[in-house]
Amino acid sequence: MQELINRAKELLADGTVVRVLGWKKGDMPYNPEPAFFESADALEDFVYDGFCGANLSKFMIEASGKEGRTLVFLKPCDTYSMNQLIKEHRVDREKTYIIGVGCTGKLSAEKIHALGIRAIEAVSGAEVGMFTGENEALAAEKTLTIQTLYGEKTCSYKDAMLERCHVCKGKEHKIFDEIIGASADTKDGDRFAQVEQIEAMSPAERFAFFQAELSKCIRCNACRNVCPACSCRKCVFDSNKFDSAQKANADSFEEKMFHIIRAFHVAGRCTDCGECSRVCPQGIPLHLFNRKFIKDIDDFYGEFQAGEDAETVGPLTSFTFDDVEPGVVERG
Amino acid sequence: MQRIGVFVCHCGSNIAATVDVEKVVELVRMEPGVVHAEDYQYMCSEAGQAKIQAAIREKGLTGVVVCSCSPRMHEATFRKAADRAGLNPYMVEIANIREHCSWIHKDREEATKKALILARAAIAKVNLNAPLKPGESRVTKRALVIGGGIAGIQTALDIADAGYEVDIVEKTPSIGGRMSQLDKTFPTLDCSACILTPKMVEANAHEKIHIYTYSEVEKVSGFVGDFTVDIRKKARSVDMDKCTGCGVCQEKCPSKKTPSEFNRGLNNRSAIYTPFAQAIPNVPVIDREACIKFQTGKCGLCAKVCQAGAIDYEQKDEIITQKYGAIVVATGFDVIKLDAYDEYAYSQSKDVITSLELERIMNAAGPTKGHLERLSDGRAPKEMVFIQCVGSRCADQRGKSYCSKICCMYTAKHAMLIRDKYPDVNVTVFYIDVRTPGKNFDEFYRRAVEEYGVNYIKGQVGKVMPQPDGRLLVQGADLLDNKQILIEADMVVLAAAIEPDPSVRGIATMLTASIDTNNFLTEAHPKLRPVESPTAGVFLSGVCQGPKDIPETVAQAGAAAVKAIGLLAKDKLTTNPCTAHSDELLCNGCSTCANVCPYGAITYEDRQVNDHGIREVRRLAVVNNALCQGCGACTVACPSGAMDLQGFSNRQIIAEVDAICR
Repeated sequence: MQELINRAKELLADGTVVRVLGWKKGDMPYNPEPAFFESADALEDFVYDGFCGANLSKFMIEASGKEGRTLVFLKPCDTYSMNQLIKEHRVDREKTYIIGVGCTGKLSAEKIHALGIRAIEAVSGAEVGMFTGENEALAAEKTLTIQTLYGEKTCSYKDAMLERCHVCKGKEHKIFDEIIGASADTKDGDRFAQVEQIEAMSPAERFAFFQAELSKCIRCNACRNVCPACSCRKCVFDSNKFDSAQKANADSFEEKMFHIIRAFHVAGRCTDCGECSRVCPQGIPLHLFNRKFIKDIDDFYGEFQAGEDAETVGPLTSFTFDDVEPGVVERG
Repeated sequence: MQRIGVFVCHCGSNIAATVDVEKVVELVRMEPGVVHAEDYQYMCSEAGQAKIQAAIREKGLTGVVVCSCSPRMHEATFRKAADRAGLNPYMVEIANIREHCSWIHKDREEATKKALILARAAIAKVNLNAPLKPGESRVTKRALVIGGGIAGIQTALDIADAGYEVDIVEKTPSIGGRMSQLDKTFPTLDCSACILTPKMVEANAHEKIHIYTYSEVEKVSGFVGDFTVDIRKKARSVDMDKCTGCGVCQEKCPSKKTPSEFNRGLNNRSAIYTPFAQAIPNVPVIDREACIKFQTGKCGLCAKVCQAGAIDYEQKDEIITQKYGAIVVATGFDVIKLDAYDEYAYSQSKDVITSLELERIMNAAGPTKGHLERLSDGRAPKEMVFIQCVGSRCADQRGKSYCSKICCMYTAKHAMLIRDKYPDVNVTVFYIDVRTPGKNFDEFYRRAVEEYGVNYIKGQVGKVMPQPDGRLLVQGADLLDNKQILIEADMVVLAAAIEPDPSVRGIATMLTASIDTNNFLTEAHPKLRPVESPTAGVFLSGVCQGPKDIPETVAQAGAAAVKAIGLLAKDKLTTNPCTAHSDELLCNGCSTCANVCPYGAITYEDRQVNDHGIREVRRLAVVNNALCQGCGACTVACPSGAMDLQGFSNRQIIAEVDAICR
């Protein structure tokens, strides 16, 4: 962590950047939050540990509108979102200095809570150490030691890992100016396993499944606000130009419309960063919608990963003669 | 709030028989914005239009809904009528209560309910309509004809004779198409080449016609009056300016094992070849796949023997970009593959042939020099069987559901010619029905039966079985006699179905011209606009639109030419004002719309905006209204809803859906 602070101070001092986008300590030991740092002194609050799951890419839209260049720390999976935002002209690459930061899997406080560990006061084992590579690669095998009001508890790092880390996209940063620290691929699951399970359900079962999940929605908009693909200046759900603003008041809107429309709007652009599910206070597995789209796009148009680079035009916004025509009904 | 008038048409009994028109009138009066409603026998008539105009003037209408037939029929009629009465034509909407309602329903009560719903949707839309003003665009006075068969040649000649430049793009090395492969033509039995080659020569010599052979259309952009087309002129490996067409290269070429496309693979051609003797241009091409020089680097014999020094192994494909006002598709047909018809033993016996192959065999320039003989052993046949409808009028997946139209006539022609030239040959024709409508067609068929003694049997063939002695045992049914028939034939000729040339799919996609499930191009109206594609500026000539014989093809080619000439004769076209526009406060500048725009109508610029007091420079989408065709692809792709279509705005569509779901 100290290397990151030191390097940030250097870049501020030599004028390469005028601000730093990173994470600062939150009010709990497990919830650091994204923050801009404008000076070397401010960097004293900087933190980078196992709980820094937040994808900082989207904050670069705001930073692109400001004077001067901004240093941003991106984990390998965050760089996909960054590419996508650059492709969509929402982030100005010229105003961006990217340090690819090493990542060996990030943690979920919800998962720790779900293990029955409550009233957490302090966590050890989530620190990100010397970035020498070897130790970090084994992070998943580490143990977290957690001080709680009810005494000390332990759990395995792996059991507390974010869902997205179990389907890790790999240790490679897709865009960066420099890299600090080593990363590890933490993948140990199948990205589409749950989508396939849902596909296998009968329509009635599937409807019931989503009805049950989505009826938990309190429409706090956290998923939308955190989503790097939801980067519109004005969301259609907030604009009085569209009748959807009124429809939001309908009883079952969240269940039947909001999330489905949102999934359509990010289809082909979603990098599967998993932030929507990470921030959902109700624990709705929102990423499943996006993965269904990604799976279908892969099936129809060949494998495509949004944000792999900042140039390729996505399959939903391009046309080739080989494109499937699911709308064409063969004569029977 | 709009002041809307609703006009419900009876369309004689077309609508009124199924829809309670008076009730619709009574109920639409209660819809928001409606200040006037009436019904009339024929709204499209002079008197009907006068009623609309009177109501506009007297009641100060700001919007009109006509509940009638499809907008494709009379939207223009009613919009013009409104315009003459001083109402912006784009304030008129059609509720299609005929094709979408009365014609497809039987229950009067249900149909009336649906007609009311459709009217409501149109009223809801008109409530949000705004006057629109069309712009103007220029017309490039040049036509493109895709395909150099008889259809394309005739269309090109007619357009060129009217004084406009025409380019023909033909994918094979010569113009001429399928007609050049035919021996004689029905019903007059004149030689195909004798009537076709003068047309080919005329097209080639015409100062207004430019022919690109061995070339393909690669890319089409733009719109009616102003298309931009990339034509790939494939490397011929022969310099067209130097070549004298002496033919020595073809004689000397040592690679002579490639099946001749022109002779349907019945014999072989050299690697450097012209498809047939009267080819235009009379300049060979080198088939690089078959050429020893291109495959191994050794040989080069053609270059050595060419006195003119025309052989150019280094020649490359060339892309020609040209602007056109009109495009005529004349891509023609091919016969279907017979892989799925094992029962006729086509792939097992050389003596089972298609009718097009028989044309080549009968032709003096064909593989047998015009002698009717078995391809297996060269013996003259004594017993011939023709099988009609192979893959046509087919109920299953193997063939085509349609009638190929030309087979009855050419089979009668073949039978007659064989009986005439070889009276000792017995000819039997198995048919489902004999279809010979057309001038002098039925007389022609009857001559085959009555004068030439061709044996017509109503019934189909179940199986053709090659025998050890080389003959073909044909097992068929005589439905009139209700008995099984076995014929030991020497040759079997299959009247294979015809289908649109496979290249038409790609071309239709490039032109955004619609095709049907059989890959035939769709007409703008099957009866009233049969030579126009629904895509403005694209016209249809020949079999690409549907099966037809030569006289029909030539007639349609002329009709397509007239439509193209009508377009080229205009100096300016009125553009559709229903174009996209972007809300600058909602635009993210993400380029998604530009990526999906098929017309290249969207660009980006950095512009200062005032977003509720925040002034900043933003990257914003700009629509070029002259290029935009109002397809709406951008409006669905735009994630923030900044892109909207004038005349079909998101709010209007949602209002229609709401009105339907109410």
